[in-house]
Amino acid sequence: MSWQEFADGLGLVLILAGAILCLTAAIGLLRFQDLLTRMHAATKPQVLGVLLVLLGVALSKEGGLHVGMLLLIGVFQMLTIPVGAHMVGRAGFRTGQVAPSDVHLGPASDHAPEEWGEPSEDEPTLGDPREGEPTLGEAPGEGKSGHEDASGPR
Amino acid sequence: MGFPEVVTWAVGILLVLAALLTVVRIITGPSVLDRVVGSDVLVSIVVCALGAQTALVEGSSTLPILITLSLVGFMGSVAVARFVARDRDYPVEFDEPQTLEGGEQS
Repeated sequence: MSWQEFADGLGLVLILAGAILCLTAAIGLLRFQDLLTRMHAATKPQVLGVLLVLLGVALSKEGGLHVGMLLLIGVFQMLTIPVGAHMVGRAGFRTGQVAPSDVHLGPASDHAPEEWGEPSEDEPTLGDPREGEPTLGEAPGEGKSGHEDASGPR
Repeated sequence: MGFPEVVTWAVGILLVLAALLTVVRIITGPSVLDRVVGSDVLVSIVVCALGAQTALVEGSSTLPILITLSLVGFMGSVAVARFVARDRDYPVEFDEPQTLEGGEQS
């Protein structure tokens, strides 16, 4: 059994593992109940599955030109995926689709300062009031009667 | 039917099944962000499929397409997540964070 046959077989096994990861991520995406858990399931093929498939391609193709392009693909994937996941998570948090009990806020010294917004007594400050986005929050002074009018989705 | 043929069929079946389940999540996702997450997963499944085709099918190279996909695949989710509004197919069952509602306490 030469090195070429061994590399081909190992590459096929790695590609199969990547495909299995894609299927498990799809099943998790279908069965999980929350946005955060679905994002957790979505991470598996985006990083590990793609990297396994790229490693399998690099092992089963001969020639050195492919390795550089595969390395570039892996680097780009790992650079861009966290940006998209961060934006999706932040949008879900700001639009109220993440349960407040799912978010750990850390020590009180990391919270927002007082002049950014008055936190309520029972619930710590969750949002980031530095970026005032008028489409996400109501205008100050509008909700004088409390939060009952703003409890439902618009 | 040797080992490479078996692996080729298995990878094809697994990826098609994964793509179908992801499309089901995109269709039935209760909010826009769930659909965005599903679209990201679909993009990565396409990347896996094209890479597997490069390795398994003789004489095909899809690596430039993969570079393009891995570069611009996240822009759709970023754009949608930037301008997403508070919409959902059914009401949210937990208490929403209060400071997202304007910050002014009564």
